Formats: sequence, C-alpha cells, structure tokens
Amino acid sequence: MHLGDHHNTPAVSADAHRPDGTRRALRIGLGGPVGSGKTATVAALCRALREELSLAVVTNDIYTREDAEFLLREAVLPPERISAVETGACPHTAIRDDISANLEAIEDLEEEVGPLDLVLVESGGDNLTATFSKGLVDAQIFVIDVAGGDDIPRKGGPGVSTADLLIVNKTDLAPYVGSDLARMAADAKAQRGELPVVLQSLRSEEGVRDVADWVRARIAAWTA
Amino acid sequence: MSRAALLVLADGRFPAGGHAHSGGAEAAVRAGHITDAASLEEFCRGRLHTSGAVAASLAAAAALGVDPGELDLAADARTPSPALRVAARRLGRQLVRAARATWPHRELDALAGRFPKGAHQPVVMGLTARAAGLGPLDAAYCSAYEGVSGPATAVVRLLSLDPFDATGVLARLAPDLDRVARDAVEAGRAAVTEGVDVLPARSAPLLEIGAEAHAAWAVRLFAS
Repeated sequence: MHLGDHHNTPAVSADAHRPDGTRRALRIGLGGPVGSGKTATVAALCRALREELSLAVVTNDIYTREDAEFLLREAVLPPERISAVETGACPHTAIRDDISANLEAIEDLEEEVGPLDLVLVESGGDNLTATFSKGLVDAQIFVIDVAGGDDIPRKGGPGVSTADLLIVNKTDLAPYVGSDLARMAADAKAQRGELPVVLQSLRSEEGVRDVADWVRARIAAWTA
Repeated sequence: MSRAALLVLADGRFPAGGHAHSGGAEAAVRAGHITDAASLEEFCRGRLHTSGAVAASLAAAAALGVDPGELDLAADARTPSPALRVAARRLGRQLVRAARATWPHRELDALAGRFPKGAHQPVVMGLTARAAGLGPLDAAYCSAYEGVSGPATAVVRLLSLDPFDATGVLARLAPDLDRVARDAVEAGRAAVTEGVDVLPARSAPLLEIGAEAHAAWAVRLFAS
C-alpha cells in the first residue's frame, strides 16, 4: 500500500481546507419534500446574502434543470455561479450515498468563480428520510411547509428531527389549509429539542431574514 | 490479494456515480427498443459484446500496467459520440475519487493529477483494480458487469420492470460475461507488448446515436 503524495492532486472528500491551507467555503444543504419551497428559499437567501458573501448554488433536480433554470430566470446569481447535478431518479442517493457528482460540482464552482464563502446545495424534492452526507455539507436545512400537513413535525423522521435548522414554510397559507402553526411549532420542539426552528413566509416583510441570520451565524462560526 | 476486494469494487453501491447513468437504456426505452425483460436482455447482450468488450479490454490493459494516457487516447478513439466521452470522463473522475479514498495508491493520485477532469472510466477501473490488489481479469469483470448491470437497474426504474426479471437477465448473461472478460485479458496482454492499437474497437452505432439524442433532451431521468 502506497500512501500517495497529495500535493497538487484534487481532494478526495470534504476536507475543510483548500490545498493552499485556507478554509474552504462553508457548504449548507437544503432538503425537504417536493414543493415545500426549497428553491424559493435558496433564491431569497441569494438575494439577502449576495452583497456580503461570495456565493454559489448547486441544484439536484430529479428529471429536469427546472430548479437551476428558475434561479437563472430570477437572476439571483450570475449563471456561472449556479450548477445543476443530474441524479438518475434518486435525489437522495446523490446527496447521501454517492456524493461524488455534487463534490465535483462544488470543486468546479470554486475553481471557476472562487474563492467562495458559501455554497448552497439544494436537494431535489424527496421524502422525509432524505438527509445530506456529512462528507458533502457542513450543515443542513430541512424545509417543510404548512400545506403539506400540520402532522409532519409530529411524524418526525431524520430530516425533521436532525437537520441543523428546520424551516416551516408558507405560514401565510395556514388559515387556508387548516394548519395549526402552534401545534407544528410544539411538535417540532418535541422532536428536535434545542435544535432551531424557523416559521417563515417568504411573502411577508421579514421574508427569509431569520434564515439568513442563521446562515450568517454559521459563516461566522466557520471562519472564526 | 484479497478476493473480497473484488466484491467491494463490483458492488453496485460502490459510490462512484453510476446510479445517475443508464448506459443508454433511457434512450433505448424512448426509441421503443427496450419494452420488457426479453428486449432488455438483447440490449444488454449487444452492449456487452460491443462497447462492453472495449471497456473491459481497456480496464484489463490498465490493470496490467499499460500507460493510462495512451489508454485514454485509445478510449477516445473508440468513442465517436462526444456525449459518451463526456459521460465516460465524468464517471472516471467520480471513480478515481472513490478509489483514492478506498484504496490509497500513488498511481491513483498521479492519475487524478494528470486528468483533473477525469480519464475514461474503464481506464480508471483498471488502475483501481491494481490499487485494490486485484488483477486484470477482475478489472475486466467489473467493467463488463457494470456495462450491463447499469442498464438493467435503470430499466427497473424506467419501465417499472419487475426487479426479479431484471436480475434474471443479468444471470443469463453470465456465460457471455465470462467470455468477454477472458478475451479482454488476452487483448490487454497483447497491448502490453504490441501497443494499444491491438485493443478491440467494436462499436454499437445505435448506442452512440442514442446518446447524442439523449444529451439534448430537456427532460430525462438519467445523465446518460
């Protein structure tokens, strides 16, 4: 067995440092069920943070480039800062079990538009068990919405229970779909203990503010 | 040499990106060439004896120590479709990452440094087999088997084919796989003394044409 010389060769996994020894970009994953508002949250985060951070986004679409194209159409970032990974009908595989395509998309972005401060990795819409590998991201956000049923926090599952941040999205719709926000918040608290939960409506004045503040705090801790 | 290393490398769950590729099956399903288990078997048999035999011989030659740069050029020359060359290099890049993490070896580090965007996947497979302490026959088996197991798995997803039928197809191809792997080692040994031009150059025009059409689709489940 020869342990090779690692200088000048690409990193194997999620080393926290670049080859030159500086700390690489913080990577945050966003997962959650189809239609819960992952892409809208990514777009809002880009608008909120793009003036203060060097940002890039990797999308994992299930069968099209729609999420990447939405971000391009909304012009939240220049096109060279958005990359789409194809996932072969299994979005959770590409973010958890076989992460190489995502790692390469991140490395290519760093090479082409870096140095980056933050990379947002958006999962394709999936189910409640889909979580990101620690080899791919440093922190993960799980996005659910009030219209998907107010019993989702109670049902738990790896995304709801263990994500570093849980977003309960589209709170403006709660009265129309009969969802009980207080119950969702209490159930989430019961599942998650001290892990934070943000209830947000991107249509409200506050918009993505709380989530952006959470990201800023992670960045501060990462670069400290 | 550990026989079990062969199981690790041949495992469909080895995290080297294969799950996002259909080996041409998605295009063949759309074209009406694969509709059931019987037509899947014919597709796989055709693939095995054309591009499969080429891939297996490249892998065997790499495992025998033939220069990877020359083999990569030989693979380019045997892959008319630009889309297939892109897919082969992308998968090669993903495999070298997984291989370096799994079986650290200076030859893999050197390969990653020489081909930062990826060498053809079968060439990487051969070097991975060397790093894992396996031989040319093992490398040829892995390449040949992957060439048929990928489409079989993809068709289970694309056509909702009974997974037992798809696995039966692979079992019936076993004698052909044995023959292709043995011939590949013979070709690899010839390449050691006579150069890479003696490697087989069989091709399947429909696979090449289908790959070009597939790469232009707006909506697809698989990357190739």
